[in-house]
Amino acid sequence: MKLFRPRHVSMATLRNSFDRRSLFIGAAQGGLGLVLAGRLGYLAVAQNEKYQLEAESNRVNLSLIPPRRGWILDRNGAPLASNRADFRVDVIPDRMDDTDETIATLGDLLELSDVEIRDLLDKLEKSHGFAPVEVASGLDWDRFAAVSVRLPDLPGVVTQRGFSRYYPTGCTVGHLVGYVGTASAEDYEKERNPLLVTPGYKIGKDGLEKVFEHRLRGKPGARRVEVTAGGRIVRDLETREDDPGAPIKLTINGPLQDYAARRLGTESGAVVVMDCQNGDILAMASMPCFDPNSFSDGIGRLEWKMLADDDHVPLRNKVLRGLYPPGSTVKPMVALSFLEAGLDPEETVTCTGGLRVGNRVFHCWNRRGHGRTNMAKGIYQSCDVYFYHFAQKVGMEKIAEMAKHLGLQQEFDLPVVGQSYGTVPDPAWKLRKYDKEWQTFDTVNATIGQGYMLVNPLQQAVMASRIASGRKLMPRLIYSEKPQNAPSLGIPQEHLDYVHQAMSDVINGPGTAGRARLPIDDVLMAGKTGTAQVVSLNVSSGKGGPWKYRDHGHFICFAPFDKPRYACAVVVEHGGGSGAAYPIARDVMTFLWDPKKALEKLHEFEEGWGGTAQQRLDARYAAYAAEYGGNAPRVPSEEEKKVQEADAAQEEDQPIVNAAQSPRPEPTGAPPSPAPSADATSTTATASAPFIPLQPPGSAGSGQ
Amino acid sequence: MRNRQLVPEAIGRQPWLVIVPLFALVGLGAAVLYSAAGGHLQPYAASHVYRFLVFLAMAIVMSHIPREWYRFLAYPVYAAICLLLVLVELLGAVGGGSQRWLDLGFMTLQPSELMKPGIILVLARFYETLPASMTASWRGLVPAGMLIGIPAGLVILQPDLGTALAICFGGAVIMFLAGLPLTWFLLAGGGAALLTPVAFFAFLHDYQRKRVLTFLNPENDPLGTGYHITQSKIAIGSGGLFGKGFGNGSQSHLEYLPEAHTDFVFATMAEEWGMVGGLFVLLVFAIVMTWGMRVARASEDRFTSLLAAGMTATIFFYVAINLMMVMGLAPVVGIPLPFMSHGGSSMMTNMICLGAIMAADRWRRSPSRFG
Repeated sequence: MKLFRPRHVSMATLRNSFDRRSLFIGAAQGGLGLVLAGRLGYLAVAQNEKYQLEAESNRVNLSLIPPRRGWILDRNGAPLASNRADFRVDVIPDRMDDTDETIATLGDLLELSDVEIRDLLDKLEKSHGFAPVEVASGLDWDRFAAVSVRLPDLPGVVTQRGFSRYYPTGCTVGHLVGYVGTASAEDYEKERNPLLVTPGYKIGKDGLEKVFEHRLRGKPGARRVEVTAGGRIVRDLETREDDPGAPIKLTINGPLQDYAARRLGTESGAVVVMDCQNGDILAMASMPCFDPNSFSDGIGRLEWKMLADDDHVPLRNKVLRGLYPPGSTVKPMVALSFLEAGLDPEETVTCTGGLRVGNRVFHCWNRRGHGRTNMAKGIYQSCDVYFYHFAQKVGMEKIAEMAKHLGLQQEFDLPVVGQSYGTVPDPAWKLRKYDKEWQTFDTVNATIGQGYMLVNPLQQAVMASRIASGRKLMPRLIYSEKPQNAPSLGIPQEHLDYVHQAMSDVINGPGTAGRARLPIDDVLMAGKTGTAQVVSLNVSSGKGGPWKYRDHGHFICFAPFDKPRYACAVVVEHGGGSGAAYPIARDVMTFLWDPKKALEKLHEFEEGWGGTAQQRLDARYAAYAAEYGGNAPRVPSEEEKKVQEADAAQEEDQPIVNAAQSPRPEPTGAPPSPAPSADATSTTATASAPFIPLQPPGSAGSGQ
Repeated sequence: MRNRQLVPEAIGRQPWLVIVPLFALVGLGAAVLYSAAGGHLQPYAASHVYRFLVFLAMAIVMSHIPREWYRFLAYPVYAAICLLLVLVELLGAVGGGSQRWLDLGFMTLQPSELMKPGIILVLARFYETLPASMTASWRGLVPAGMLIGIPAGLVILQPDLGTALAICFGGAVIMFLAGLPLTWFLLAGGGAALLTPVAFFAFLHDYQRKRVLTFLNPENDPLGTGYHITQSKIAIGSGGLFGKGFGNGSQSHLEYLPEAHTDFVFATMAEEWGMVGGLFVLLVFAIVMTWGMRVARASEDRFTSLLAAGMTATIFFYVAINLMMVMGLAPVVGIPLPFMSHGGSSMMTNMICLGAIMAADRWRRSPSRFG
């Protein structure tokens, strides 16, 4: 214990040591005092700015007010997409203490159904924490208030008075305008805009809503409030109103769009109406469709199941994404190419019901033959042999050139999410694509709109409008006062007149679509039927049998035939023939001149179909809800991507039918239709086809 | 001398040079508490001033108690406080959970608070009676160590690390000043440095360990324990040179600053009064400390010197730890700021210390009447 070795310590040495040590302690205290003063100066002066900022960001809570989206208007200023005042409730997953309990409480307060709660839990599972998830919108005041007063006990729940997107005509504009939804994580990654994760804010997910996102968006307002640490609002500091997004005026004629969509009835199809003077797209309907109003809060399980189960692919915009063999609707175009090539329209061929090409016989749809057939008869009777014969003489290049000239295989400059532009085959294309020489039978197939030829309904409408006007019209979707000074196609007027007359005869003469005559005295419509085979005749006759093997029905038309004003194209998928398409075209065109008469007809039909498109969609949803309840399988993640995939995907059974060389036998009896409603249409057409006793118009233009 | 007699002697004798700044400090404290209560005297400001006056009267009474009484009472008082600590421990064991105070009916008493001046008193007495020649022997260390160890151990059991540290700190300062060999302190310091990591993992409670870790890196835990330090720094830093003005402190008023009226009262003050207010507080404490150390150094006898220096060190410990904590230089320990924080116990302790220093001052200046 060396340490405790007693030393000589006296009172005096202790006193001395106390003096020194107390001095040391005093100095240490003073030193620490200086350190504290220095630290104080560092915090309060040197870092003052930083801490002032932090204190301010503590004190002030800035919340964005989502801007009202710009309206989407039709050509007359009626809204296709608007906003309506809305009470809504969102949750921010990161801020919830007990998710299950909070959701259960909200479920009680908001009277949510099991299906809704299940969908909500799905959404929460997929959510990204910081991004708000919509619980309910469009609430009435009572339910909104019930949640609002309980907010202090429900951390993470946000109630809001705001605006939500509203599509007055619902499902009839779904594909055209698209829909809005909560921004996904990828959207946020891309833009890093805090607005995207503001509760209640939606971005365009599809269609025009997506394409014009930035123009429609507007500028958010802001509300600055002073809040306590506990989140209680002490007072409002300032509020800046939002700056609504700019409206977009479309060329669409709202009532016509609605009419066209509803007139498609239970069919799967598309209607496009164009103005022959300026290229304005007046209607662009694809049915069946989803209801964009119900998509905006995310796509529920049940809704997804309902849409995915539907073989009528309601998620695909058939106007732009549907590719179909156009059938005989290409014949006026082919005729123009013949004229261009110098063929005398009065030159005839005798149709005996078929034509031998190489070692195969290509049949006319009319096995009994049309007899002596000139170009006009070839068009209005849709004689295949006439075209088989002269197409071989003129050659595919000339035909393909005219097809492209009239807008086929063309992608138009339109504000849309995607266009499938199809194929106009020619020898060079075939060599490139299949590494095979072009064969005569390829020409024969293409000239009646089969084989490799694929078009979308918009292109068919453009083709109709160009044939009608003789000008290279480009379709327009955004309204403009300016006329479109489309250049002439360079087709001699007498060629056009000849074809116009022949197309008029399709309807008003001894043609294939007499029932398409407009019920308006002084307006004569010109048109062309088309029936496109979907599978080889070995598989199905195309008239009956499984829905998906039935022929597509086409019709292109314009009116008045001598002074074209409007052009229209109708496609009815698997409609069993053009008989499914032209009554629709007729009624849609009628609507342009006499809406009242057209509507009467529609109401009649809708009684048989069980309501308007929207009513039927709602009923279908209710039936699904009753059948599956909350047990529908979950929505594949990244719902909107799936929607787009469904939109973009071609049906796998859209084979190239090279079997055109073996036309199907003439159908006997009434052509069956997929829906009872369509039956009515086509049987009527069949029963009264006085001009063409040889075949029912249902199969008219079975223009293989 | 006639002039002097115009003022009653009892008043003239007080160390006004210290008491006046203290009044100013308590006044500032009351103003801050008034503001922290949202512009109301209740519940903080009024009772703060009231307590100060009561305890000041107690301190003045203490200052009139003769030195012999202090000497005589040192051990009995120490023993009594130890008993109270044991009593608290027993009550806690019976009641379940930890307990730090005794409910006396008219007030709650924290015996551990009393032990802070108590340990100074008993050690001053111990070293006074210890023969000078034994100072450097084990007999100068072991009994003193036990005198410190018993209450410190009892307080740690409560558990109240802050107070235990305060007791140890006071005891160590007395030992240092009593002239124990410097090598011992160096060795103890070295040993402590080695043992700290061990103690950190073996003896600290989870929440204490967390506080230390948070102190080392407050940004790691901005919503948990680091929140206190972060918000306190924001309050002080955002005050700037002259502060946001009386009643305008957003950090305290909007409840971002925790314990705005007790442990973090300095931050509350600095936000509204700025660095100027902070320097004023430091100045007043400097005056008190300087006065305390001067009294200690000027006192002739060993007991008085040690007593005054120890009491000063105890007040200093409060001030230093609290200010370091609110400015982010020390972990969060529940130690209030003397004369400013709202709270009876700490006011009492500090006023006892003050009273003892005043007594030492009086003994020095008039060794006459009582002692």
